[in-house]
Amino acid sequence: MNVTLQIWRQEGPDVPGSFKTYEVAGISEEMSFLEVLDVLNERLVTQGEEPVAFDHDCREGICGSCGVMIDGQAHGPQLGTATCQLHMRKFESGSTITVEPWRAAGFPLVKDLVVDRSSFDRIIEAGGYITVDTGSAPDANLTPVPKPAADIAFDAAACIGCGACVAACPNSAANLFTAAKISHLNLLPQGQAERWARTENMVEVMEEYFGSCTNHGECEKACPKSISIDFIAIMNADYLKAKVKNRRLVAQ
Amino acid sequence: MTLQLDAKVPPGAIEDKWDNHKFSVRLVNPANKRKFKILIVGTGLAGASAAASLAELGYDVEVFTFHDSPRRAHSIAAQGGINAAKNYKNDGDSVYRLFYDTVKGGDYRSREANVYRLAHESLNIIDQATAQGVPFAREYGGLLDNRSFGGAQVARTFYARGQTGQQLLLGAYQAMARQVAAGTVKLHTRSEMLDIVVKEGRAVGIVARDLISGAITNHSGHAVVLATGGYSNVFFLSTNAMACNVSAIWRAHRKGAGFANPSFTQIHPTCIPASDEFQSKLTLMSESLRNDGRIWVPSRIGDDRPASQIPKEERDYFLERMYPAFGNLVPRDVASRAVKRIVDEGKGVGPLRNGVYLDFHDAIEREGRQVIQERYENLFEMYQRITDEDPYEVPMRIYPAPHYTMGGLWVDYNLMTTIPGLYAIGEANFSDHGANRLGASALMQGLADGYFILPTTIGDYLAGFLGQPPVPTDDTAFGDAGQEVRDRVDRFMSTRGSRTVDWFHKELGKIMLEYCGMSRSEPGLNKALSEIPALYEEFKTDVRILGTAGGLNQTLERAGRVEDFFELAQAMCVDALHREESCGGHFREESQTEEGEALRWDDDFAHVAVWEWTGDPAKPELNKEPLTFEAVNLSTRSYK
Ligand SMILES: Cc1cc2nc3c(=O)[nH]c(=O)nc-3n(C[C@H](O)[C@H](O)[C@H](O)COP(=O)(O)OP(=O)(O)OC[C@H]3O[C@@H](n4cnc5c(N)ncnc54)[C@H](O)[C@@H]3O)c2cc1C
Ligand code: FES
Repeated sequence: MNVTLQIWRQEGPDVPGSFKTYEVAGISEEMSFLEVLDVLNERLVTQGEEPVAFDHDCREGICGSCGVMIDGQAHGPQLGTATCQLHMRKFESGSTITVEPWRAAGFPLVKDLVVDRSSFDRIIEAGGYITVDTGSAPDANLTPVPKPAADIAFDAAACIGCGACVAACPNSAANLFTAAKISHLNLLPQGQAERWARTENMVEVMEEYFGSCTNHGECEKACPKSISIDFIAIMNADYLKAKVKNRRLVAQ
Repeated sequence: MTLQLDAKVPPGAIEDKWDNHKFSVRLVNPANKRKFKILIVGTGLAGASAAASLAELGYDVEVFTFHDSPRRAHSIAAQGGINAAKNYKNDGDSVYRLFYDTVKGGDYRSREANVYRLAHESLNIIDQATAQGVPFAREYGGLLDNRSFGGAQVARTFYARGQTGQQLLLGAYQAMARQVAAGTVKLHTRSEMLDIVVKEGRAVGIVARDLISGAITNHSGHAVVLATGGYSNVFFLSTNAMACNVSAIWRAHRKGAGFANPSFTQIHPTCIPASDEFQSKLTLMSESLRNDGRIWVPSRIGDDRPASQIPKEERDYFLERMYPAFGNLVPRDVASRAVKRIVDEGKGVGPLRNGVYLDFHDAIEREGRQVIQERYENLFEMYQRITDEDPYEVPMRIYPAPHYTMGGLWVDYNLMTTIPGLYAIGEANFSDHGANRLGASALMQGLADGYFILPTTIGDYLAGFLGQPPVPTDDTAFGDAGQEVRDRVDRFMSTRGSRTVDWFHKELGKIMLEYCGMSRSEPGLNKALSEIPALYEEFKTDVRILGTAGGLNQTLERAGRVEDFFELAQAMCVDALHREESCGGHFREESQTEEGEALRWDDDFAHVAVWEWTGDPAKPELNKEPLTFEAVNLSTRSYK
């Protein structure tokens, strides 16, 4: 099959970017979307044009490195699928495909399709963990965790940190990302001791970088792991409670 | 032999060695720990767990990763699970049994004392991870579930759906994030280590390149830890993530660190076969699938009927036929070779005839679709997404692919390389898996190294440097290393050849897969050793890298990694040539039984082959660490 790619090219954050059009012919339906970019890049190098920079690594939909807007959709047209797992059989031969980086103030552009997502690490550092120094853990079977709770916590923990939720959100909010981690930890018995401090701290760091959620729900659709926006409700409820509880704790 | 290969195995009975050692190592007083700076390269399971644990102890830790976030390390992709001798299933497991299985599974080419310690620490890993909130699979009563995994006859594998590596890595990453927030870990992301710095025989720092600005900077510490993963990507196509590479440990090797058993590679039997020439990587289908899937091919060569139309009598369930006792659950190396043999005979299935069936039909009939779905849903989905075929209806097609490297930097019992002050942990060291790693044991090893072993052993070295500040980064040792790195970058940028880096990488991969892959022979290895240097020469003069070195340049990054693969590939072939026996994943065609099984030669090869850099990648110097077996008797593996 043949496709036309309109790709955002931008040398760096301080220079203006623009779309460039490339025809890529003779590709197979079995190829992944990123393999088409590989083929294009091989050709560009041979022709003397700098290849398109894009992030990727595992190519199995788990590391969260990849991610571009494809025809205006984060990770492209297939639901629950990261860019690296998108295959060309989802496109018609002859189609024109627009490829852009994530666009959000919290994710400054680095080059071409590469953005800086380190703000996500800052949110985790604010409380996305359970404090347990190495060596101090009790036997793993000491505390049973009801299977339904464990399963829901896992659904939240499945987040790969790719940033599609932010890219898809009209407000560039990171609520789904933050809620997924808060819910994972707050739903487990091990996470209770730090529940309120974790929630307040993570939400506040999130707000430093990202916009506010107005319940569009685009994030859930863009999420390659189909993480539910119900977790945002859990986070919001915990945040309200946290505000009260933390104040009380301080007053004690 | 010029390397000092003192393994420093502590005295005592096998089960007492670690305790004895813990008591005999020198300790660093808590108040003094912050005076020691430790540089850790890599944030996979090994690096992240080490960084978190060392920082909790009070050390001053700096961490480097070329990824944009520590959470992207390749450990994230591990699917199947992690072993631990908890014996929660009451099925006869014990630390000793896990130890025994690992030594035997590794075909008696690992160091007993290390393996015993690994099995022992496995218990603590599960406790630690669970306390961090790692959502391991649970039973309805709320306690942890286990399954049996590749070649084990007890159920000792803990798992988190098909995303065990992801959840364990997030646990370690989050523990490290807590230390970043506390200011005890300084994190350098998108920062690639390009060389280590050695002064007066000791590792004193690293040279790194900031991948965004292109700046090349020096970093100094009292000790350097390499947790940089495996090098299966020397084959180009492998199950590893695209960026996995050998450079960190290879650069250390060039600076004097002995490289152990470089040719010991694990080829994983169950991967999705390549579909075309543009294939950029191969996807693993977890080994756990072999618990329920049956492997077969049509008995008749050229039988092109769809799988469902081939009656049972006309199918060859070849693993069950060849290995009646273990059947589809034989260890990876045995399964891979059998699959290769069948496909080489022309019995392969699929459009390119490059696979065999892994069929769930019987399991679905026996247990119901619901149960199979619960066990493997995400794997089935992943398969379908890639192949557009539904494994509930049509059998999967699988073929072996390079997956894991047992070889790596030689380390002693303290995990220190032959360069004092330089440690290697996780897949980067030559590790505890001998000539073949058992499923679900790499995660265990990475975390044992990082959480429990290194934090204990590193103090013994550091204690000797109390009161000495790290070597300043303007020392001549840093100047020389930094200059070498800059010269190399300049050389790449000024080559202006005609071929792409990936073209060379693919060609190298083809040579390696053909001659140093699942089966190796003297003529083949010699052929590889003549072809690789020729291709490498071409690479040096004809590679084309565009753009500048003063900013993000992904081609430049890959060029350095591929160049190191060229040198490593030669060491792998030399090592495979030296080891005239077959053992584990290393199969020398000249050394097999009448039935085509691997034939070990314990008298000549019960040693670790440790190679020393001489300046010529095709002529490293051999040093040997003899292996003695006191707790486990040397015997022939049999899975019949
Ligand atoms: C698909 C797949 C599935 C697997 N499934 C299982 C399983 O079920 N069970 C099991 O036990 N094992 C499994 N394994 C093996 C296991 O995942 C790995 O062996 C293990 O995770 C390696 O961990 P590590 O910490 O040593 O290295 P990695 O996780 O590979 O981390 C390497 C780190 O080093 C960094 N790095 C490397 N070089 C440099 C440099 N020069 N400068 C800066 N940073 C650098 C990288 O950025 C990264 O952070 C699997 C492997 C694969 C490929
Ligand atoms: S490359 Fe890892 S998620 Fe896509």
